[in-house]
Amino acid sequence: MVNPTKSYRNTFLILLGALLLIFIVNISLGSVYIPLKQLFLAFVDGEVEKESWKSIALNYRLPKAITAIIVGSGLSISGLLMQTLFRNPLAGPYVLGISSGASLGVAILILGASFFGATAAGFAFSSWGHAIAASLGAFLVLSAVMLAAIKVRNTMSILIIGLMFGSLTASVISVLAYFSSANQLQQYLFWSFGSLGNLSWNEILVLLIIFVIGMTFVIFIIKPLNSLLLGENYAKSMGVNVKRTRNLTLISTSLLTGVITAFSGPIAFIGLAVPHLTKLLFSTSNHKILVPAVAISGAIIMLICDSIAQLPTSEYTLPINAITSLFGAPIIIWLLVRKRKITY
Amino acid sequence: MDLNNQHIIKTSKLSIGYTSKKNVNIIAADLNIELGKGKLVCLLGKNGIGKSTLLRTLTKVQPALSGEIFINNTNLKTLNSVELAKSLSLVLTEHLPESNLSVYELVALGRQPYTNWVGNLSETDLKFIDNAFEQTNTKHLINAKYYELSDGQLQKVLIARALAQNTDIIILDEPTVHLDIHHTIETFALLKKLAKDFHKTIIVSTHEVNLALQLADILWLMTPSNFMADTTENLIENDRLDQLFESDLISFNKTLKQFTLSNSYQP
Repeated sequence: MVNPTKSYRNTFLILLGALLLIFIVNISLGSVYIPLKQLFLAFVDGEVEKESWKSIALNYRLPKAITAIIVGSGLSISGLLMQTLFRNPLAGPYVLGISSGASLGVAILILGASFFGATAAGFAFSSWGHAIAASLGAFLVLSAVMLAAIKVRNTMSILIIGLMFGSLTASVISVLAYFSSANQLQQYLFWSFGSLGNLSWNEILVLLIIFVIGMTFVIFIIKPLNSLLLGENYAKSMGVNVKRTRNLTLISTSLLTGVITAFSGPIAFIGLAVPHLTKLLFSTSNHKILVPAVAISGAIIMLICDSIAQLPTSEYTLPINAITSLFGAPIIIWLLVRKRKITY
Repeated sequence: MDLNNQHIIKTSKLSIGYTSKKNVNIIAADLNIELGKGKLVCLLGKNGIGKSTLLRTLTKVQPALSGEIFINNTNLKTLNSVELAKSLSLVLTEHLPESNLSVYELVALGRQPYTNWVGNLSETDLKFIDNAFEQTNTKHLINAKYYELSDGQLQKVLIARALAQNTDIIILDEPTVHLDIHHTIETFALLKKLAKDFHKTIIVSTHEVNLALQLADILWLMTPSNFMADTTENLIENDRLDQLFESDLISFNKTLKQFTLSNSYQP
């Protein structure tokens, strides 16, 4: 008998092609029109007609596109992990309050900097400071939700608990904001709108390093996650260390969601919607297929969202969060109505 | 059973139950079980008597209160989870979480204790999976999604998954609880075949008492006062089965070798 585990090579090739295409479209869009050929020349260090074009391409558009790829992949993978771990199709970094936890970390750092004195203030504005604070915040909320999930098995209750943690952190942030200076408040507000641009190459490096660390953890839990598809008891009976798997999932999700939220603000719906779209496309639950597929799809969809945000070729860019919600919410509704039952 | 080392499962002075902060709730004490290879064992007892507790203790899901359990002559306490997974597999009653798993993928998961860190299937793995489908007669289902199966088909596929795990012992917790009589008998016949032809030691907790009486090699009876383990014939001979249900409504008919309504029953 042949092994009927389907090969998805063609689907992957198409996805990678799509990623390349949307990447090119994305960097060719912006408030300044730059011909494709000139863009290409800028990247290969060739002669560009205008010096400003080269600067825009290399220091604005390319970093933004790379950020979009990391943000899209990371949030989608986080969503996938949570959906499997919580056995809950509606789980995701935003829904379960993980993004709010990351926000809380950043809020305490920015708004509370004056309490901690000058050294902390210096740290507060560094990119590492943001990344660590956000990851810690994400980790705290995720651990709390996880503890609750071990006690209450009911899917709906877990979602409600996630929502409650979300509003809890929001209220703590409001209190912090109330006692902050206008300057600090403005800094925090700008961060919380969410944005893929404005990242320096240094910051992208921080984002990339933590992204790679998080994804490395993910690779090591692909196998145990598959056995968790049969439930914890079966997984244990097949020799899986469920506690270790849960902890590794917790760490990788906190790192991914935390660092992404630190640099791009809380971004909604990507983590929830992308895994479902991917599962629809691939019709499998095997994480060996799903992890790379979700990562690529997440990158594609984030680039599309960012391109839409750019589309009005004016000087303004729409807030990225508005686009992801506009795109994500209808998809979830459509999925629920069409399939009645969404799997995870 | 002259030699100790022929016992695939052996317990000595085993006590099972639960401990909470304040007290210890002993469900059964001083169990000395000796079980040889290739037997179909049916675990019988009323609802809530502690059948699941016994199975959970034997499978290391919960700790024993006291005493020792030996699986293949190795103390259960010294076995790590992967080693245990190579000698003991489970079929549970609980509903599977929703997923897109195909029947093949589900059965292939049984190879997890043997595959490498990323779960790639080797030639040997493929062979065991193939055998599992053959033994359970479920080859025609491999491309289906598991949620498309009927309850009877799903039960067979879950047994196939346990077979793919290639363990000496398979423990099933009320496997026929959702099944009609046809599929119930089919499932039991399959289990009997696996014990007889493939020398699997199979322990089934079940409420299908009459079927168990006809098919089991050994019965484990749990009553509030004691635990009895013996061959069906011996238990019938010694009038042990009447103790199973302490009720005026049901009695054991020795000639029919079946439980029936009591003669005293008046509707």
